[in-house]
Amino acid sequence: MTASTAPPSTPLLAIRGLSKAFLGVQALDGVDFTLRHGEIHALLGENGAGKSTLIKTLTGVYQRDGGTVALEGREIAPRGVEEAQRLHIGTVYQEVNLLPNLSVAENLFLGRQPMRWGLVDRGAMRRRARAILMPYGLSIDVTAPLGRFSVATQQIIAIARAVDMSAKVLILDEPTASLDAQEVAVLFKVMRTLRSRGIGIVFVTHFLDQVYEVCDRITVLRNGRLVGERRTAELPRLDLVAMMLGRELEAAAHRIDLGPAELDSRPPLASFKGFGKARSVEPFDLDIRPGEVVALAGLLGSGRTETVRLVFGMDRADRGEATVDGRTIRLKGPRDAVRLGFGFCPEDRKKEGIVGELSVRENIILALQARQGWLKPIPRRRQEEIADRFIRLLDIRTPDAERPIQLLSGGNQQKALLARWLATEPRLLILDEPTRGIDVGAHAEIIRLIERLCADGMALLVVSSELEEIVAYSRRVVVLRDRRHVAELRGGEVSVERIVAAIASETPNMEVRQ
Amino acid sequence: MTSALQRFLPLIVTTAVLVVGFLMCAAQFPNFASWRVVGNLLTDNAFLGITAIGMTFVILSGGIDLSVGAVIGFTTVLLAVLIEHGGWHPLAAFAVALIAAGGFGAAMGGVIHVFQMPPFIVTLAGMFIARGLGFVLTTDSVPINHPLYGELNDIALRFGAGGKLSLPAMLMLGVVVAAVVLAHWTRFGANLYALGGNRQSAELMGVPVGRTTVAVYALSGLLAGLAGIVFSLYTGAGYSLAATGVELDTITAVVIGGTQLTGGYGYVVGTFVGVLIQGLIQTYITFDGTLSSWWTKIAIGVLLFVFILLQKGLLTVWAGRGGEPAEA
Repeated sequence: MTASTAPPSTPLLAIRGLSKAFLGVQALDGVDFTLRHGEIHALLGENGAGKSTLIKTLTGVYQRDGGTVALEGREIAPRGVEEAQRLHIGTVYQEVNLLPNLSVAENLFLGRQPMRWGLVDRGAMRRRARAILMPYGLSIDVTAPLGRFSVATQQIIAIARAVDMSAKVLILDEPTASLDAQEVAVLFKVMRTLRSRGIGIVFVTHFLDQVYEVCDRITVLRNGRLVGERRTAELPRLDLVAMMLGRELEAAAHRIDLGPAELDSRPPLASFKGFGKARSVEPFDLDIRPGEVVALAGLLGSGRTETVRLVFGMDRADRGEATVDGRTIRLKGPRDAVRLGFGFCPEDRKKEGIVGELSVRENIILALQARQGWLKPIPRRRQEEIADRFIRLLDIRTPDAERPIQLLSGGNQQKALLARWLATEPRLLILDEPTRGIDVGAHAEIIRLIERLCADGMALLVVSSELEEIVAYSRRVVVLRDRRHVAELRGGEVSVERIVAAIASETPNMEVRQ
Repeated sequence: MTSALQRFLPLIVTTAVLVVGFLMCAAQFPNFASWRVVGNLLTDNAFLGITAIGMTFVILSGGIDLSVGAVIGFTTVLLAVLIEHGGWHPLAAFAVALIAAGGFGAAMGGVIHVFQMPPFIVTLAGMFIARGLGFVLTTDSVPINHPLYGELNDIALRFGAGGKLSLPAMLMLGVVVAAVVLAHWTRFGANLYALGGNRQSAELMGVPVGRTTVAVYALSGLLAGLAGIVFSLYTGAGYSLAATGVELDTITAVVIGGTQLTGGYGYVVGTFVGVLIQGLIQTYITFDGTLSSWWTKIAIGVLLFVFILLQKGLLTVWAGRGGEPAEA
């Protein structure tokens, strides 16, 4: 049916030189992307690569600054979601964008209900809804509210709606993020069926296994630029990870002195056995000894943050056990973790860390005060002493301790957050992306600080995307992929190449050794 | 079929409360179970029922309309002034009142949508404005003596022994039927539920959010205007302070009827039953004769509380069930 307007050689979707900037920041810079009929095409990249900007330009949420987008040879520039739908571009998001309070049938037909004598023909709507869902292997009660079904089923209903509204291009934006393995298998079956019907599918995901399982081609973006397009069969995992991280696999960076070897024989401060949580991170074993830095490495979405959230009790593990000082403990929440002497600097300072309106001093004493209980206020004199000591120690650049913390630079906010936890004299400090979004000078200082802290006997658990950084200060590196702890590198084994190799490795739970 | 039962459970419970309540009243007072009482129940609560239907649509869409009581009051004054002081024919006055009330609602809907303002605040302002406008027209209670009023009040379908279905009662029943069709057999109805379920998703699925928002407040205003006409027929006068607090009575009826205040879930018929329950309590207290009429408020308060707890309980049970298997 489309052959008359477009010969088979014309790609379904051809994006050439696409550019988009926000407030002077180039989110997309001359990106090419080609989607053919009947293919599943993975769009990959780390944070800030430009994937979501590309998709939002396609679906009409953003208007492009430059470049061309051609659908079957005809240039398009959708100005909104509705227009994109009319152009046969359907999108299904990670968060299902359907209405849980409406019935399945009403969700499938909202805005395009079959009508008879000016009224909605509910009987026809039910019949057609059943017919639409049949090819997807769903024979469910279409009059039941959508919210009663699992996320996977809702996801498939969303796809069915998009396809039924005659989608030629189907964009799946991290559809598997909240599905379990069995549900993913059902979704992949649906995707393959749609592929065989000639629909082009753009598949955004963080799971490399899934990319290799279902995708025909891969396009990698990094920092708003195209890194390359490859056939999946011709792209080894190692090369893919290197493309995504943008690293030449050169010799390991300079490593600092990692402390005496007898550290390994010390009893662990905290030990986690078979610790995990369904739909968050697979069960893992993790020992952390006093005075050592353990780093968690992996791609975005690999389960690093999920791991530290479990360790700090922000999420509750549903399996496995944790011991601290050899005693089994139950982490019911961050308060328990704080009582055990854990501290946590989150990745998103603005959202989870600093309280912008409060002063530097108030931010620094926050955790200490919380541990003491709010009924026993720390005397003002003591507060000032603590604040001044850490401002000096960490070299926090602020005119005085009473300045609202939101007026400080990102690096200094990060240091104040560190100070907050250091003031509680934690035995285990968890740092999630400690150097993200801060300038180069502060970056180096924070790394130096990490070194000094562990020399003082504190244990550190660090999540970082900066592999060189990890290599520079970690005694042990736990590598994660697809929410699984896949490898642990220690001492001399720690190098950027080894980490990348472990991220790209195909078999789970393998120890990377030579 | 358990799923259908689950969905209609709030409605079934509400209806059961009405039936059991009626039977209890009938057991206590021999004269209670009569067509006369049923007819009066419908007539006395007609204006409340008509208003509550409009409120149901607004709440289903995720909003609230606090202006309805004031719009009823304003409408009665406008009718009285046009008919008695202006010498208008009542039918012409009715038309003007409906247009004014509907337009007022549409304007509030427009403000809510265009400026993305909370409906609570916008309609609260609307309440003060409508109430104030009534006082600007006249501060007196103005009796309406037009002969048509007498004729309209005489229209009734008689049935059973002493039962009669008055014009207000007929209007209310007509509105209920039309509202059920509107809610479940039109795209507008589906859009309302969609909007109340999740505004952003509805927009992404192509629901005309602006048009629907304006329309639902216009509809609520229009029905409040119609209720004002019914109220002026019922009382034979126009008074700025008429129907004070009716917005709260209607919200109560909507909630007792099983509609969720957060929008997206509920049924028009439930609201109708909710209105009848309120009327039943009032009738009971009239029959008893010794109880202070304030006991109505207390009984309704307790009932409202119980129903909210019931809804919360049902939701928790449903959420706990989790999803169904993806494949069959």
